[in-house]
Amino acid sequence: MNEFLTISIYGTAVALMLIGFYAVLAKKNLLKIVIGLSIVDSGLHLLFVAIGYVNNGTAPIFSPEVLGSTQAMVDPVPQALVLTAIVIGFAVTAVALSLVIRLYRHHNTAAIDEIKNLKW
Amino acid sequence: MNWLVIPVFALVILTIGSAIYAVISKNLLYAVVATGLVSLGLSLFFFILQAPDVALTEAAIGVALTTIIFIITIRNTTDKEKCCDKKTSYVEMKKGDDK
Amino acid sequence: MIKRIIVFLILATIGYFLVGVVSQIPFGEDRNNVGDYYIEKTPTELKVSNAVTAIVVNYRGFDTLGEVTVLFLAATGLSSIMYRRRRKGEKQIRAKLPSSRIIQIGSQILFPLIVLLGAYVFIHGHLSPGGGFQGGAIIATATLLMLISYRKFKVNHNVISWIESIAGVVFVTVGFVGLILGMTFLENFLPTGELNDLLSGGIIGIIYVAVGFKVASELAGVIDTVLLNNRPEAKNEN
Repeated sequence: MNEFLTISIYGTAVALMLIGFYAVLAKKNLLKIVIGLSIVDSGLHLLFVAIGYVNNGTAPIFSPEVLGSTQAMVDPVPQALVLTAIVIGFAVTAVALSLVIRLYRHHNTAAIDEIKNLKW
Repeated sequence: MNWLVIPVFALVILTIGSAIYAVISKNLLYAVVATGLVSLGLSLFFFILQAPDVALTEAAIGVALTTIIFIITIRNTTDKEKCCDKKTSYVEMKKGDDK
Repeated sequence: MIKRIIVFLILATIGYFLVGVVSQIPFGEDRNNVGDYYIEKTPTELKVSNAVTAIVVNYRGFDTLGEVTVLFLAATGLSSIMYRRRRKGEKQIRAKLPSSRIIQIGSQILFPLIVLLGAYVFIHGHLSPGGGFQGGAIIATATLLMLISYRKFKVNHNVISWIESIAGVVFVTVGFVGLILGMTFLENFLPTGELNDLLSGGIIGIIYVAVGFKVASELAGVIDTVLLNNRPEAKNEN
């Protein structure tokens, strides 16, 4: 049971990062490259939150029922870090897309092959 | 913990399938919708891992705002992945409209 | 062909090392002492119900100040990259047809409800899951709904920049008051009330309300800039 959860959640995070890396390395359209960056971010956030999980733990919120019982709580420090990382990832994606729009207006194409060739 | 097997399995297939489709598809609009699906699957994963704050943030920012910014970029640039990059037919329609 | 082989080799190397690192982390074990300290101190000393909020605003509040700065820089950079001087006689491109009656009336009903939900989320950030960033994103989504369904809806950029600046100044001023009173920057100097009360937690409520206003106005300004500065037929423009 624990083996299945380990393999599936860690495996999803690593697979998302590899799929995103492939899109950054091997695709020629600028928009696909930015999509790949966004998928890499998602995989990394999942890996962070999955590291902080405790078996049979509950969410780190102190409602009146939880105060009395002795149930373990999930680690709250990686969740605070991932909260910041999601907002910053969105800001980076927005600035990258505005650069894509600017490049398209200047060269009238969105493929990096032709943009490199236009210099000569 | 035995009832968690089927939802986790379905979520893994949804997330990885949408990510592969987002990278491979030739129509850019479908790829952007698939990226939104990846964020949705991720938000459900965060709920299963007992992290409600992170799930709310990912659902609000990843699904709604990132998708709309990608769609506006597609509207300003182009719709397909290769060839036919220049939007000539739209330009002629626009010029005819101004007069 | 050679490029494909190189790409697969790079991916295989990265994947091998990633799997090698990740497989040594056991899933679900209790191994962090820092998290235990924060969980122990939050309901007793600080009297706040949400542990993640207490970490983000109180124990690691300086990182939140850095994140708010990064978001501000991104919004500024985006509007300056997409800036376009409008020449004479050029109008902004809006939709050519108005939306149907159902969409107009429905979005008029939904818009104040969504803003109310967003305000609830960032005001009760220390009592239930939520906080400034989530509430700000919800309010920005409400603005997006109105911008799509109405042709004449305008976002006043003057008001947005005033709200954003005042919220940022409030955040830094609250931090400086702690410095003036002889303690550290961003120290919690207000009295903490009871657990599960609205006025508990000292300065956590004030800071999260300021962050909620700032993020909401910033994201609404970003969406407005990106939606209305479009010129899809730029052939020889600069």
